[in-house]
Amino acid sequence: MREVAVIGIGETKFGELWDKSFREIGIEAGLLAIQDAGIKGNEIDALYIGNMSAGKFIDQEHIAPLVADYVGLAGQNLPATRIEAAGASGGLALSSAYMAVASEVHDIVVVGGAEKMTDVSEVYAQEILASTADQEWESVFGATFAGLHAMIARRHMHEYGTTKEQLAQVAVKNHKNGALNPNAQYRKELSLEIVISAPMVAEPLGLFDCAPLSDGAAALVLCPLDRAKSYTDKPVRIASCGQAGDYMALHDRRDICVMDATVVAGKKAFKYAGIGPKDINLAEVNDNYTISEILAIEDLGFFKKGEGGKATEEERTALNSEISVNPSGGLKARGQPVGATGVAQAVEVVRQLRGEAGKRQVKEARYGLAHNVGGTGSTVIVHIFEGGI
Amino acid sequence: MAIPRFWREIPSRYNLIGTECGNCGKKFFPPRIICPDCHRKSVGKMKNVRFKGTGEVVTYSVIHNAPKAFEMQVPYIIAIIEFEKGVRATGQIIDCEPKDVKIGMKVVSTFRKIGEDGKSGVIYYGYKFKPA
Amino acid sequence: MGCDYVEIGIVSYGAYVPRFRITPSEIAAVWGVDGESMSKGLGITSKSVPGPDEDVITISVEAARIALARCKIDPKDIGTIYVGSESHPYAVKPSATIVAEAIGATPDMTAADYEFACKAGTAAIQTCAGLVGSGFIKYGIAIGADTSQGAPGDALEYTASAGGAAYVIGRENVIARINRTCSFTTDTPDFWRREGEKYPSHGGRFTGEPAYFKHIISCTTNLLQSIGTKPSDYNYAVFHQPNGKFPVSVAKKLGFSKEQIKEGLLTPVIGNTYSGAVLIGLAAILDVAKPNDKIIMVAYGSGAGSDAFDITVTDAIESLARDGSQSVAAIIKNHTFVSYATYAKYMGKIHLRGA
Repeated sequence: MREVAVIGIGETKFGELWDKSFREIGIEAGLLAIQDAGIKGNEIDALYIGNMSAGKFIDQEHIAPLVADYVGLAGQNLPATRIEAAGASGGLALSSAYMAVASEVHDIVVVGGAEKMTDVSEVYAQEILASTADQEWESVFGATFAGLHAMIARRHMHEYGTTKEQLAQVAVKNHKNGALNPNAQYRKELSLEIVISAPMVAEPLGLFDCAPLSDGAAALVLCPLDRAKSYTDKPVRIASCGQAGDYMALHDRRDICVMDATVVAGKKAFKYAGIGPKDINLAEVNDNYTISEILAIEDLGFFKKGEGGKATEEERTALNSEISVNPSGGLKARGQPVGATGVAQAVEVVRQLRGEAGKRQVKEARYGLAHNVGGTGSTVIVHIFEGGI
Repeated sequence: MAIPRFWREIPSRYNLIGTECGNCGKKFFPPRIICPDCHRKSVGKMKNVRFKGTGEVVTYSVIHNAPKAFEMQVPYIIAIIEFEKGVRATGQIIDCEPKDVKIGMKVVSTFRKIGEDGKSGVIYYGYKFKPA
Repeated sequence: MGCDYVEIGIVSYGAYVPRFRITPSEIAAVWGVDGESMSKGLGITSKSVPGPDEDVITISVEAARIALARCKIDPKDIGTIYVGSESHPYAVKPSATIVAEAIGATPDMTAADYEFACKAGTAAIQTCAGLVGSGFIKYGIAIGADTSQGAPGDALEYTASAGGAAYVIGRENVIARINRTCSFTTDTPDFWRREGEKYPSHGGRFTGEPAYFKHIISCTTNLLQSIGTKPSDYNYAVFHQPNGKFPVSVAKKLGFSKEQIKEGLLTPVIGNTYSGAVLIGLAAILDVAKPNDKIIMVAYGSGAGSDAFDITVTDAIESLARDGSQSVAAIIKNHTFVSYATYAKYMGKIHLRGA
């Protein structure tokens, strides 16, 4: 096993990209990353691309060779692989690429993540999201994706006294960060009052407790660490990657208020990286719903179980506080093109560790963590990155 | 929804048929073919078991943004119900005002329409829960 | 028709009425009609409305499950299920098979759906009695249920409602013996619905004397004559009840008192449940009846026909659980009123986005 570094990053704006097709956003992010890495097309050994549901959103399966083709690499018969793990598709594309480079199967690999969600109706898009839960025993009865997370929130409020205001503070913080991110879907701050009084989607979650539907793509270029400096002054090392699974349906989980997969994946990642939660002050975590971020910061070990709401309320996860959680704006404000999310999180962490995050720069971050979740927690993947190497 | 896909699950959806591990006795709903604790020792030994449908609300939400098939019922209550320790299911709560649902509330299963394939398609029936 | 050498009767029963209600005034206000007069004229104060996830099949299952929960028969001993309705969810695909699956009676049995306007449920009872009496089957279930509709603004809109009841018919553990049944059938087009039409049509005043009254009176008279009984011999009488007035009128014409029909007259609060009407009425009577009580039940179905039954309650009724949440009184008590808008939405009279 050899060490792996990230030498290039790229992402499109996230939002309702009416003028851009799936192919176009894939190309855009890929080109940006390749240019950022300073590599030539014929140096690329493989493409791994995360995508949740192109088959339903744009009637197109088999999107990996499609993107490779339109980035201009079909001529070199590039091996391209699509990874699907619901919301964790991007994170798993990254880990697949990481394993390929670490195991010396490939040298230079492009990782992508892309999703085009806004061509179909909103109602249908939500149904597609719900198909990442247990279709036969949750979704079929009308449990929407938001509804499942709302049930987690309700139970968390019941067991730990978490309040609606605390949930709303997650959104307020992330929109504040998003306002500083030129690529974010939402770049306006939201007040607590607006978040709390928003129309209900699935009680207790309202409109602003939920990440939007988005189009977007992100990409990274990986190469062996010992070669990274020939491409960039600021390579970022992938210190570790931990993945874990869990029961599919929320009703089968051991504890509705704990994402066991996050706990296990996080522990694996910390162990392999040789560090602990206290060494992290920069994290991009899953916040597709405000309750998800609260669970994430608890289950990753940043705060005790049940205290995530309070910690958020006390601004201990704000930009440049104890731990900067979701400095990009998170899925909430930056946007959530599902397959792209895991890659976009990594792009942000790398950008931060390089010191290139502009107004939202997290100061003195040596390590950064990316936490990517599929479904209501049946797949979780955690990557830890190290900068300043 | 594809007809055979629904038809296969009728025993569980109409009559709450789950399974019991012939090795350790643990019960499951919906039915499982393999016990997650006993693994290969359970293969071929899972027995059908019928749940009475009585249970308690573990958590719930009131849905306002619904999939197309459920738009007519908005707002409706979705909940996780515990039949017995370790056996839980997800379903709607009906015959109850949203403001009256409570964690710990006792419920019993009923037989209701859970969907249909449009006006000329098959009607899907299954369980929903009402206050006991 | 009667079987003198073997005891056939009701082994158990169950009724179910959806919990939503609407008043005639609420409906009348929409059409610019005087609600109070409508209410008085029809003898109705409210009618039941099925929820958006209810239909004849769900109502039948609820009723059948109540019936089976309080008797000790094995569902696998049920040899047949007939569901009678004029609002079956499918025009082709029997409600009976779904009900059979939901109560665990499949697959070694027969089943079919019946239609005969409001007397499809009693027709089902007659068939079950025949199959049971001849020894073909051990137990049969007859169900009458409807989620009937009246066209917006039509007189029927004030009375057409939803509900149903299920009867387990057998020879063992009989709680009420069906001593005799008799029918009177003619081709009388008083009320009908053509294939593909959403709402039924009717002959206005023609539905009274030549239809409802003629058939019920003839049938009842024939039944009494064939047995040799008179109205005062009965403790309870339940007649088909399309509104709150007709059954009172026909009872009077036949010589039955208001006291006798009181227990089984539910249309004033739940509306006309069509195929469920006399069966729910009978269930309400059985909830309070004592051993040896005599009951006469006379159904009427447009098109037209009447089925009459002479029933005697047995001692075994006391071993049936009758006063819990499954009693007709308890089920009817559990109700909540809705507006015309909600009613129209639930009944599919207005369609979300024109679906």
